[in-house]
Amino acid sequence: MIPQIDLAAIDWMLVPVLAPLLGAIAGFVLPRAATAAGMAGLGLSAVGSAAITAQVRTGAAPSTAIGGWEPPLGIVLAADGLTAAFLLLTVVLTLAIGTTRALTPAPARGAAIFWPLMLLLVAGLNGAFLSTDIFNIYVTLEVAALAAVGLAVLTGSAAALRAALNYLLAGMLGGVLILLGIGLLFHAHGRLDLAGLAAVAGSAPSDGIALIAIIAGLALKAALFPLHAWLPAAHSNAQAPVSALLSALVLKAPLYVALRLWVGVLDPATASGTVLGVMGAGAILWGSVQALRAERLKLLVAYSTVAQVGLISLAFGLSAANPAAIAWTGAVTLMLAHGLAKAAMFMAAGRIVEEVGHDRIAELDRSPRRPTLAQFSFALAAISLIGLPPTLGFAGKWQLMEGAVRADAWIWLAMAMAGTLLSVGYLSRVLVGFLRFDRVRGAVGEHQGWTLADGPPLLLAVTAFGAGLFATHIIALLAAGAPLGQLPGAMQ
Amino acid sequence: MTPETIYGATGIALFAIGLYHALVLPSALRRIVALNVASVGAGFVMVIAAWRPGGGADPVPHALVITGIVVLVAATAVALALVRALHDADTTETDDTP
Repeated sequence: MIPQIDLAAIDWMLVPVLAPLLGAIAGFVLPRAATAAGMAGLGLSAVGSAAITAQVRTGAAPSTAIGGWEPPLGIVLAADGLTAAFLLLTVVLTLAIGTTRALTPAPARGAAIFWPLMLLLVAGLNGAFLSTDIFNIYVTLEVAALAAVGLAVLTGSAAALRAALNYLLAGMLGGVLILLGIGLLFHAHGRLDLAGLAAVAGSAPSDGIALIAIIAGLALKAALFPLHAWLPAAHSNAQAPVSALLSALVLKAPLYVALRLWVGVLDPATASGTVLGVMGAGAILWGSVQALRAERLKLLVAYSTVAQVGLISLAFGLSAANPAAIAWTGAVTLMLAHGLAKAAMFMAAGRIVEEVGHDRIAELDRSPRRPTLAQFSFALAAISLIGLPPTLGFAGKWQLMEGAVRADAWIWLAMAMAGTLLSVGYLSRVLVGFLRFDRVRGAVGEHQGWTLADGPPLLLAVTAFGAGLFATHIIALLAAGAPLGQLPGAMQ
Repeated sequence: MTPETIYGATGIALFAIGLYHALVLPSALRRIVALNVASVGAGFVMVIAAWRPGGGADPVPHALVITGIVVLVAATAVALALVRALHDADTTETDDTP
């Protein structure tokens, strides 16, 4: 009567969730060993994610029914190319951010609690990426959101507390909206697994409201314009590694879920795609204008996140409105590129602030200290965000624009171009400051303004810069297991 | 009117009341309470899915609602802790300035 269980498969599927969870508990119980427990948890999770990616690349579709319970009752963890890409993004970013944190002299506040919270965050995110059950996705998103709020208040300043409270309330509101949508879906269909829902979605009259509620909740959590008001303060007032986590990684989870639901479960109607596109266009304009006006470096970087989320949403909208014209891979490439570049940028900004002593953009060129390596990382990341070849950002924008051209969607193309132009504008404000150090005369001392902590952001920036050369491999990985149906190219 | 309709309408109404107040109220404490009301409304919608005419109740929605309550309690606790910490920080700041 003992069911045959493939131990190897179960192990790998659960590792990216369980390893960080155990690391978080160990770090919480033994604060002195928090760094070691944290890096061990991240390392194990990396091994698991790599193993799952290897399975996906061979064409296998690894999945595990937890406890042996099959849907509609049980929860299944499954991985395809889309899952693998986000597991890998999480691995790369958290290892880089964790290493930076380990190399930085610990700040007085929140030194011990950083690691348990970060690992809890990773467990929640990986759970969301692997889950195929919409209620389980809701729970894992909430776990990640609570951990993110905990990380955002580590500085302990009143501004950070206020920002984190607004962040939490926005997240709770988003969560409640998602919960209502799930309730309506369950009421109508009696099931919560994505595959089952995909077969029946749209057959009940309440499905429209349910999906609007869920997408609205996800948009709130992803800070999609005009629901972005909580983001700039929350992201710019946190410690630099935390800002990097929040902006580069945490925002991607609701976007990932939205993509799964939008393209995978729903049959997206043209009108709804237009709504997403209009919200994206609004985000690009509003975020860019605010970034142009920002006086502080970290606030500028945070507003650029608002604009970039808008660009991703524009790609969502375009792929929903013209399914034949553009593959959703363009949107995912943009998400991966933004993750790498924005993490590098926030950490480099943190290093620049540390060396220069303030983050007023107008006075960045008046410092005798030159954090040259951090500035170099920032510049590389900026080039990827703008989308010059051969960066990953270029690969994403190329797919987006190619799709727009093929669909004769000239307005969308113009919006993407306007976003690019505006990003050149606001990022140049910072880069110009890097190039002009002649305002302060003085001998360049032995201390050149770089430390080991400059390494990880530089590595991330170089990855974001060079990964565009491997875009075909990334797209091939995304298409493995046909997560959201065949790509348009494959059908021809 | 069937019990199902009454419960469902009540749930939606509770949700709408909570959502409205979570969006318009200025005080963080009140918004937290409003979010709890909205969440109870969403729970109502889920609970009626357990109602099977003539048969026993379906246990799955109950498990979902309990999980939802746990998530909400955790989030509410964090929110209240933040409100308290913010209050303390504000008081200290006003004390510092003569």
